[in-house]
Amino acid sequence: MKSSTRNPNPNPDTPRFGPSKLMVAFRFLRALTLVHRTAPNSSNAARSRRIQRAAFASMAYSAGPRRAWSRALLWRLHFHRARRLCAGRSRAAGVPRRPSTTRSPADELRRLVPGGTGMDYCSLLEETADYIRCLSEQVKLMQSVVDSGGPRGR
Amino acid sequence: MSGRGSRITDEEINELVSKLQSLLPESRRRNTGRVSASKLLKETCSYIKSLHREVDDLSDRLSGLMVTMDSNSPQAEIIRSLLRS
Repeated sequence: MKSSTRNPNPNPDTPRFGPSKLMVAFRFLRALTLVHRTAPNSSNAARSRRIQRAAFASMAYSAGPRRAWSRALLWRLHFHRARRLCAGRSRAAGVPRRPSTTRSPADELRRLVPGGTGMDYCSLLEETADYIRCLSEQVKLMQSVVDSGGPRGR
Repeated sequence: MSGRGSRITDEEINELVSKLQSLLPESRRRNTGRVSASKLLKETCSYIKSLHREVDDLSDRLSGLMVTMDSNSPQAEIIRSLLRS
């Protein structure tokens, strides 16, 4: 695969996929086809959840272990997968939740960014920046798929 | 990445904060000057939440599309059109 640090894009309207974005794209599409093939008769909601998981999974796999947020996501995905395979619920009902008004903006951010809790402020900002970059790329990718997967003959 | 033992300077924090600010889309940047870190964090939180909602929404739409998709390698078509763009 060509490695290009610069991505010459004279026309900003046409999305260009560099090598790493292509990786995310292929991973995500492969996951999509798996969902399509293995759950043809499931409900829309179940399929949607699987697609959403596939989105976060392909994001995290492509970012790899170099980032705390991707490590946290990968761990979360495997953990939840293991939990689903074992019967029985582990989440206690009625777990008291702290009201959001007492949470500082930084703590709020820590809850939103995977792996953020317990992170020092500096690392949190760095991880957030990377997470936002990858998340918005994922959104663009999914939008492209929706746009190109529309009904034929449009 | 700053060293684990060294003290984080205000400058480094400001740098990271402005880097974060530059990642927010235009519509969310109140002014071109420096905003308070607290405001920026709140804006960042709300941006991340909106991105999560978009992933949710797009997942729903993809799920709906999947039903109507042709079972003869629709992924090839999608990959081709993505590579074309």
